[in-house]
Amino acid sequence: MAVFNKKGKKDVPAMSTASLPDIVFMILFFFMVSTSMRQTDRLVTVKVPEATEIAKLERKDLAAYIYVGTPIPSRQAQFGTDARIQLNDAFKTVNDIRDFIAAERETKSEVDRQFMTVSIKADENVRMGIVTDIKQELRRTSALKIMYNARKADTQFGN
Amino acid sequence: MARPVKEINAGSMADIAFLLLIFFLMVTTMDIESGLQRRLPPMPDENQKQDDIQVNRRNILVVRLNDSDGLLAGGEMMNVTMLKDKAKEFLLNPTNDVSLPEKEEKIIEGFGPFQVSKGVISLQNTRGTSYKAYIEVQNELVKAVNEIRDDFAMVNFGKKYIALDDDKQRIVRDAIPQNISEAEPKDTGSKR
Repeated sequence: MAVFNKKGKKDVPAMSTASLPDIVFMILFFFMVSTSMRQTDRLVTVKVPEATEIAKLERKDLAAYIYVGTPIPSRQAQFGTDARIQLNDAFKTVNDIRDFIAAERETKSEVDRQFMTVSIKADENVRMGIVTDIKQELRRTSALKIMYNARKADTQFGN
Repeated sequence: MARPVKEINAGSMADIAFLLLIFFLMVTTMDIESGLQRRLPPMPDENQKQDDIQVNRRNILVVRLNDSDGLLAGGEMMNVTMLKDKAKEFLLNPTNDVSLPEKEEKIIEGFGPFQVSKGVISLQNTRGTSYKAYIEVQNELVKAVNEIRDDFAMVNFGKKYIALDDDKQRIVRDAIPQNISEAEPKDTGSKR
């Protein structure tokens, strides 16, 4: 007859937490790899318009961003409420776009330069005048690949 | 005298890792960049400016947006919701109407001859047009082209355009080009 060695009352063994750090590190590495640090502070408020036929930007690292919109409330005393252009970290004018694009081109590798996309993040309430000016300036600097930033619209009405 | 090395307590490693994890969770931006991709026409050379390609009148659909976001397409005032069908009719020209764009037989590599429409949609706006209305119109025009492409892909390959492989997508793109031209800005009745 087999003897099972039962020692008095059953104790639930404490769960081993030795693998917890491993799990946490795994999640940590996922976020470290997938994260892209926010490089610029937004100085303008941008609510991009809605669209249904949007395409994803494939190479995020090859994008240059131009923000257009009204300055954030704390800057309105200085810059007014009219729509302004933000490049990198400062308010700029249309004439600065040429230098901005040239500088952005320099940061990309030579092979990828032709695929650089200029992403225009404009508020839905800005007037086309400022956008047209930007477009003309981009044509002059031959940065022809552009993207009008838009967010996915709800397709509740069929299409 | 060698002291026995005590094992380091690794219990707090999890805490440190959590701290880092929370930091990365906070700073991470998960927003996907999406929008309408466009190619601007190159700036015309100043020396040879007057060498414009004359496009036949019937091959152009002029879409105009005015200061108060009113839409005029092909000479008719219309609502944005009607623009897609107008553009589709213009690009397809199913009845070979003489007032709608002509078609040109092109031999598409890997597919064969196909009647490619020569229609160009010209989008014009004033400085006072709102960006929202402009994107809305752009979106409708792209939607028209996409729907035609989907139909073409469905008939010929039995799949939607997006589900095709690269080579077939190229065929569809060649057969149904996306000819939306953004005209030179004109200063017509503009408010700056």
